[in-house]
Amino acid sequence: MNFDYNEEQQLLADSVKRFVAKDYDFESRKKIVGSATGYSDSVWATLAEMGLLGLPVSPDYEGFGGGALDMMGIMESIGEGLVVEPFLSTVMGAQFVARGGSDAQKKAILPLVVEGKLKIAFAQTEKGARYNLAHVAAHATKSGAGYVLDGEKCVVVHGPCADKIVVSARTSGGDADAKGISLFLVDAKAPGITMKSYRTVDELRACDITLKGVSVPADALIGKEGEGLALIEEVVDYGTALVCAEAVGAIKSANDATLEYIKTRKQFGVPIGAFQALQHRMVDMVISYEQAKSMACLACDKVDSEKDSAERKRLVSAAKVRISEACRHVSQESIQLHGGMGMTEEMKVSHTFRRLTMIAQQFGDIDHHLERFSA
Amino acid sequence: MDLNYSNEELAFRDEVRGWLAKNLPADLSDKVAGHEHLSRDDLVRWHKILAKQGWIAPSWPKEWGGNGWNVVQRYIFEEECGYAGTPPLVPFGLSMCAPVLHKFGTEAQKKRFLPRIYNADDFWCQGYSEPGSGSDLASLKTKAERGSDSSGDHYLVNGQKIWTTLGHYADWIFCLVRTDSGASKRQEGISFLLIDMKTPGVTVRPLILMDGGHEVNEVFFENVKVPVENLVYEENKGWTVAKYLLGHERMNTGRIGVSKRELAKLKEFVSKQSKGGGSLFDDVRFRDKLSKVEIELMALEITNLRFLDQMRRTGQPPGADVSMLKIKGTEIQQSLTELMMQAVGPMAQPFKPVDHAEAFDAFTASLTPRYANTRKTTIYAGSNEIQRNIISKMSLGL
Repeated sequence: MNFDYNEEQQLLADSVKRFVAKDYDFESRKKIVGSATGYSDSVWATLAEMGLLGLPVSPDYEGFGGGALDMMGIMESIGEGLVVEPFLSTVMGAQFVARGGSDAQKKAILPLVVEGKLKIAFAQTEKGARYNLAHVAAHATKSGAGYVLDGEKCVVVHGPCADKIVVSARTSGGDADAKGISLFLVDAKAPGITMKSYRTVDELRACDITLKGVSVPADALIGKEGEGLALIEEVVDYGTALVCAEAVGAIKSANDATLEYIKTRKQFGVPIGAFQALQHRMVDMVISYEQAKSMACLACDKVDSEKDSAERKRLVSAAKVRISEACRHVSQESIQLHGGMGMTEEMKVSHTFRRLTMIAQQFGDIDHHLERFSA
Repeated sequence: MDLNYSNEELAFRDEVRGWLAKNLPADLSDKVAGHEHLSRDDLVRWHKILAKQGWIAPSWPKEWGGNGWNVVQRYIFEEECGYAGTPPLVPFGLSMCAPVLHKFGTEAQKKRFLPRIYNADDFWCQGYSEPGSGSDLASLKTKAERGSDSSGDHYLVNGQKIWTTLGHYADWIFCLVRTDSGASKRQEGISFLLIDMKTPGVTVRPLILMDGGHEVNEVFFENVKVPVENLVYEENKGWTVAKYLLGHERMNTGRIGVSKRELAKLKEFVSKQSKGGGSLFDDVRFRDKLSKVEIELMALEITNLRFLDQMRRTGQPPGADVSMLKIKGTEIQQSLTELMMQAVGPMAQPFKPVDHAEAFDAFTASLTPRYANTRKTTIYAGSNEIQRNIISKMSLGL
């Protein structure tokens, strides 16, 4: 038993923390969010230089072979700084290839990811699917040596800037069958793909995608035809563990800002933090942080080490239930304790609120994960 | 980072688990599992079994019987006891009075009291709270005045203590008393006294709680003569002693092991309750409530281990973190007893048989009283509101 980051993990976490503090302050971030693409190429290049994109990739493909536990500190810093670059979506995209791809696919894709030369998004969600990963109506039809993809995907986070998109599509079976789902690595500029882009509430870029007769070669298929669901579940659990760690950082940021605020904001001649009604609420926010952090440790540990997929799902869901609860609790309380100022665009806490609110629903909300936990 | 116990820690856990399986008397574990009343003899019997094994006072200095277990081993031991369902170890002598004597006691006091605490020859209770002094402990009024007579120098004690847990079993009580009512700060006129419960003038009156149980008492002191050698540390410095005791290592305030045992029992129990042709476990509304408690407990266990690991690495005693464990641990205990009561639906109402005792389901009837009794957990040992004050002040600087 040991809850310390090792030296390498700590060094990396510290370097990201320093970067976020120095070069990703609230004002810099505001400019990035307001830019045409909604992310910064130079920040992206820096993330790659720091080795963050290589960390979860095997040394066989120029990476460092880190697991989710190694990523925890990084994700916490990303959460604290509300980093909007397509980091998580690219890391997840690379995981599809790393866990399910052929050697040729890994060679072609992973080193480019490590270098920061390839951004990836995951197109999974469809209208009416809610969080059911087996709900895939988009379909792929065999055509010659390859496939033709048709269908619609929505809320593809970081889709607009992606070079490649991992698309789930049905090669057999009905709309919500577990069997018959296949995964394809598709060029984002492939003919037949149209994107309707938008900003999300938490200031990321996303799009709805229409696939109309999109031809892909046979080697675009990741893993075995019709057996993609297990891989989707595995990678989404991995992404869920990482977003849990991101939430921990964002919760810490909200707590730190709120504590600072109630120590300085004066009413009735005293700092409002002198009032017990606020003190106890602040304490409960801190308890939520600690409980969330514990569950993020659990989730990251289990996606790395748990061999039994049913047990992995159960524990990742337990973590996501608790973290979604903490996201909701801390985000709401941080606004309340800031008073009217917390509602404004000018305060970082209102941006943290939005990210926490969306994390609570990303990859499944409390109800979804409670259902999966007790299944 | 590694969330799992090391091989050595696992081996230790297995050793404890194996030993408990062999040495915990079945009649005692049955009583604990059935929420039955534990007599003084039950408590003392289990204490003596552990004392014989050398496991009763792990954190004591070795020369007084401590066994050198580190904080993690101590935690594992307590969790295993909780999980196995041992009778509780009454803390007043072992982990309250004894640490105070180790730190502040004279050699004579140590020799006189510690071996008897170790062997449960003396049963101790705690005299802190008073009718007018609960959370605001420093306002206490029980008075101790210096005097002397033919038998020597003594303190003459007058006043009243309340919420004296197991005071009706106790041979001794350690008390905070006021020795200087003129001190400029209220905390400065308090002393820490050890009082023999058999001394003339000590009266114990039961306070029966709403579950019908007798755990707590009022203790009255009327011209009670306490020899001056029973003063611990300096006169008027009792608050220093009390504060030390509050900050003393308490890494099991979350009572994770007990809650894990109760949770396992709850799950099994719920699956046996029928509802609409199936079991209550299939009722999504009920199961979601259960799952939330289970998840909170999983989180608390890891939080507890994180604090423990930090303590082991830094050598620092737990600070306000312990308050967090107390708040969450007691909330979980309350939720578990509430769900257990809700699980039996209308059968939560029967309490005690008037006739036909042989047909009466005593276990089911214990669930609502237990729910009622567990309300105490968020009140005792510093109410959860006081714990929040502690965190607010000590770790948030508010």
